[in-house]
Amino acid sequence: MTIPLSLTINGTRREIALDDPRVTLLDLLRERLHLTGSKKGCDRGQCGACTVLVDGRRINACLQLAASLDGAEVLTIEGLAEGDALHPVQAAFVEHDGFQCGFCTPGQIMSAVGLIREAQAGDDPERIREAMSGNLCRCGAYLGITEAVRDAQSRMNQGNAA
Amino acid sequence: MNRFDYVRAGSIAEAIAAASEPGAAYLAAGTNLLDLMKGGLTHPTRLVDVTRLPGLDRIERLPDGGVRVGALVRNADLAHDADFARAYPSVAEALLSGASAQLRNAATTAGNLLQRTRCPYFYDPASACNKREPGAGCEALGGETRGHAILGWSEHCIATHPSDFCVPLVALDAVVEIEGRAGRREVPLEAFHRLPGDTPERESVLEPGELVTAVRLPGEAAGFAAHSRYAKVRERTSYAFALVSVAAALRLDGGRIGEARIALGGVALKPWRAREAETALVGAAPDAAAFRRAADAALAGARPSGDNAFKIELARRLIVRALTLATAGTPERMPALPASVFAPASGDPLHA
Repeated sequence: MTIPLSLTINGTRREIALDDPRVTLLDLLRERLHLTGSKKGCDRGQCGACTVLVDGRRINACLQLAASLDGAEVLTIEGLAEGDALHPVQAAFVEHDGFQCGFCTPGQIMSAVGLIREAQAGDDPERIREAMSGNLCRCGAYLGITEAVRDAQSRMNQGNAA
Repeated sequence: MNRFDYVRAGSIAEAIAAASEPGAAYLAAGTNLLDLMKGGLTHPTRLVDVTRLPGLDRIERLPDGGVRVGALVRNADLAHDADFARAYPSVAEALLSGASAQLRNAATTAGNLLQRTRCPYFYDPASACNKREPGAGCEALGGETRGHAILGWSEHCIATHPSDFCVPLVALDAVVEIEGRAGRREVPLEAFHRLPGDTPERESVLEPGELVTAVRLPGEAAGFAAHSRYAKVRERTSYAFALVSVAAALRLDGGRIGEARIALGGVALKPWRAREAETALVGAAPDAAAFRRAADAALAGARPSGDNAFKIELARRLIVRALTLATAGTPERMPALPASVFAPASGDPLHA
């Protein structure tokens, strides 16, 4: 039995005939749509490397069955930049050394984009760290990550006010 | 993960009919279910997707001043609902102390109630576990038991219920609304989860096919809003389950305690309401001596299930801490580190 799915992924509508209900959103993105920016770390919702936005909210793509997402809008790391122009969060991660090996970075960046949309943390580093605790970085780039999130948020808020 | 049939239910009646078959399980966010299925710990042959059921994603005010929280309301949406958090601040604090932002954005109200224990022996398919396989035995007994139960356990199971959300809910007399083949019924949350006894595989009062549709809080529970806190001791400051947690709520009456509500998490296979402690506080001045008497009453029946005797004293001290915080008053703004016992009173960041 195939499950018909209609998903908007990074702004493009995709019609998908899913032949197996066990496919998670993460496996759909990586194995079938070849969007390998979202990473498979733990595959159990513990590390955050697979973080994407679904209908504007950050979630763990590894714990979401693709079959239950019919009609959803998905934003992945591949959909963030506009051409060669990096998204402000991407630029801030580069500027503040928010990574070392880079494996967790797509998840960190998507989580930061979600955090800024949620607008709960403000500029408080403690609240930012707490709100980013679902993303592990084994290289320990947390200082740079926190600064990148603060900086990107401040630039984006100024942009909105302008 | 085993193969399964996927059924997307369009109505509650359709969902109940589809889920009444043996081997069926409900799927909402799936944050716990998929984890269990990936680990080979549960093997449903049919998943009934309830995420499209109409009307279950609403937070509704009730005529008595209470609130009905639909089964599909996401944890983050409930915690950040300004009216809800104002009326039931300890519930919001508990929600925000649990899991990660990503999981809270997905996980649902009913899913939180129905999550399974994180006992490492339950999670290890190579270990004997009476929950996974009734009669197999419990390898947690005599094993690594630092985090296990100190109240209400049996020789068949010493696991704990992992929820934060349920702890203040049970303190505030939450009621679970359930629909099934026989119609609609209601169960107080305190009676919803079962203690292990000799059937630890039966974790709640739900019958096959029954669906939790909402959780209700009574209006009078909002009377504690000015003095309500949740405190949680865990192995790290964020994104960790409770070793011990306490929801404390007080109604102060001219310098005396008019009414008290106390519940504990991480200590038993259900959220543990401490009614003896509540009774001990009524009429007392809110001071350290009264809080310690209440804590002693709450833990009077506790006994270690292994290397976890420390949790008994930890629970006593956390009750005193939570009551002290509740007396000081619900903070204007959610603390930066919700429920953390390390959060400084000054509001200064813990880490520079």
